[in-house]
Amino acid sequence: MMTRLVLTFFLVSLLTLGGCSKGGTKPDEEAAAGEATAGDGDYSSQSGLETGTVGGGGAYVEPGMEPGDEALLAETVIYFDFDTARISSEYSEVLAAHARRLAANPGVSVRLEGHADERGSREYNIGLGERRAQAVRQALMLQGVNSVQITTVSYGEERPADSRSFEDAWAKNRRVEIAYSE
Amino acid sequence: MKFKTMRTWLLATVMLMLTVPAMAQLRIEISRGVSEAVPIAVVPFGYEGRGAAPLDAAALIAGDLQRSGRFSPVDRGDMIGMPTEAPEINFADWRLLKTDYVVIGRIREEGLDRYVLRFQVFDVFRGTQVVGYQMPATAGNMRAVAHRAADMIFEKLTGIPGAFSTRIAYISVSREDDKDLYRLVVADADGANPAVVAESTQPLMSPSWSPDARRLAYVSFEGRRSGIYVQELATGERKVVSRNPGINGAPAFSPDGRWLALTLSGEDGNLDVYVLNAATGQKRRLTRNSAIDTEPAWSADGTQVYFTSDRSGGPQIYRVAADGSGSAQRVSFEGSYNARPRVSPDGNSLAVVHNDRGNYRIALLDLERNTTQVLSDGRQDESPSFAPNGSMIIFATRQGGRGVLAAVSTDGRVKQSIASAAGDVREPVWSPYPAE
Repeated sequence: MMTRLVLTFFLVSLLTLGGCSKGGTKPDEEAAAGEATAGDGDYSSQSGLETGTVGGGGAYVEPGMEPGDEALLAETVIYFDFDTARISSEYSEVLAAHARRLAANPGVSVRLEGHADERGSREYNIGLGERRAQAVRQALMLQGVNSVQITTVSYGEERPADSRSFEDAWAKNRRVEIAYSE
Repeated sequence: MKFKTMRTWLLATVMLMLTVPAMAQLRIEISRGVSEAVPIAVVPFGYEGRGAAPLDAAALIAGDLQRSGRFSPVDRGDMIGMPTEAPEINFADWRLLKTDYVVIGRIREEGLDRYVLRFQVFDVFRGTQVVGYQMPATAGNMRAVAHRAADMIFEKLTGIPGAFSTRIAYISVSREDDKDLYRLVVADADGANPAVVAESTQPLMSPSWSPDARRLAYVSFEGRRSGIYVQELATGERKVVSRNPGINGAPAFSPDGRWLALTLSGEDGNLDVYVLNAATGQKRRLTRNSAIDTEPAWSADGTQVYFTSDRSGGPQIYRVAADGSGSAQRVSFEGSYNARPRVSPDGNSLAVVHNDRGNYRIALLDLERNTTQVLSDGRQDESPSFAPNGSMIIFATRQGGRGVLAAVSTDGRVKQSIASAAGDVREPVWSPYPAE
């Protein structure tokens, strides 16, 4: 356990130094890792552990991309706090990388899937999920992505990442998933 | 051999009916009744005909009355006699049992798949008949006819029209072969005869009855985008009503059935409430606000539309004229969260999802007195829907990590728990009275 923590710290420090705040997290990996909360500090360190593949980067770089983008692009879920569509500043690097990729590749498009946690009424939660998807859409468009490359859909609370009923599960469900269709 | 073909056909029907209920029938139990529940004896009905009686109508009627929470049916084991004709009733015996009313009846086979169900209700203390009817029936509609009898008994004894012969639509979700299967189900108000109306691996939500109880509008995410569909229950015929970019949600039929209120967002994701004329396709926008405006519900007279909006910060209930004139007025003021209004049949109150000290509960908002009464006691109660007689509200809640249904009387005195055999059930919607 101690070794793990040290290793985590080491990796995170390395990545931070390299100008890369965090790496990829796939929804199924979070669950397996027993991640406690989303969108907070623990999240970055957890992701740090999973960036072992970063070292293999640089093999192929898409047009307009910068070194390190590959790791950032592997991160496709943006998490939100309760009852808000405000994007935490910790995601700015990730969204910038997605924006670079889309701006440089007009033929590539993304689907932004907005989600809410289960509390409250269902159609209102569709609204909350949509608001989150729109926040991500705006962030991408501000960085030069053409609106025709982006579609949004809100599933509200209908497709939870974690169907349990407590705060940690809810934190995983308040999210926008970025899905590329090429 | 006309007789034989008829029998084969009947057998096929029965098989068809059996395949679906095996899936997941709702079991409705009373978890709290009124303390002064009226003792009533529903004596097993007599049967004149070949073979066994097509239905234990007395058990069905007693079950309906019991689940209403207002009656306490006498156990069969405690019955002193089993009269099926008026002269056989010994009122003195029933008085000893402290039974207020005795229901007797008889099913008679009149011909091939033709029956008559007859029932009579007697006041034990006066020794007189309160109400009595006989109704034609077939094997196929015998349950419906018996529910109708329960409706008549309930109305005669309480003054409230019964709602036992109505239906409930709901969404069930179960995990099968590693996929979520969403089903739109319609069942009798007692949970019997569940039938799948639509099934999808993508979410189905927000069912809404047409006022004649013949059609359902609902939201489907088939093709991975939202759309509103209207489906004829008898034929299964389905029409796309709205499939615009962005959100198509929260459909609600107007009381005259000609308009559908709905939520649209467009590509920019700004949810506003619209009404759509089903016949002409004419669309009218009722709200213009950058906030979330959604969950429209028609006033009983069809002139107003109530909806949820977070224009003041958190979700609250507002009202706007259905013809688009005038501006929206706020209706709910108590608490930080009031959403998803549903209008009572008399138009005087709204059932809403209300945040009660951190718990999402069903509350009744009295529109005249401006009071809010919390009716449920769960942590995540949602989707309230009035019975067409206004006496009960069915809603979704969670129990042991699963979505289940429950119902509460509008005076808060009667509570029902409605369990499903499998999966999550949610978004119950009580049907209007069926059109005759």
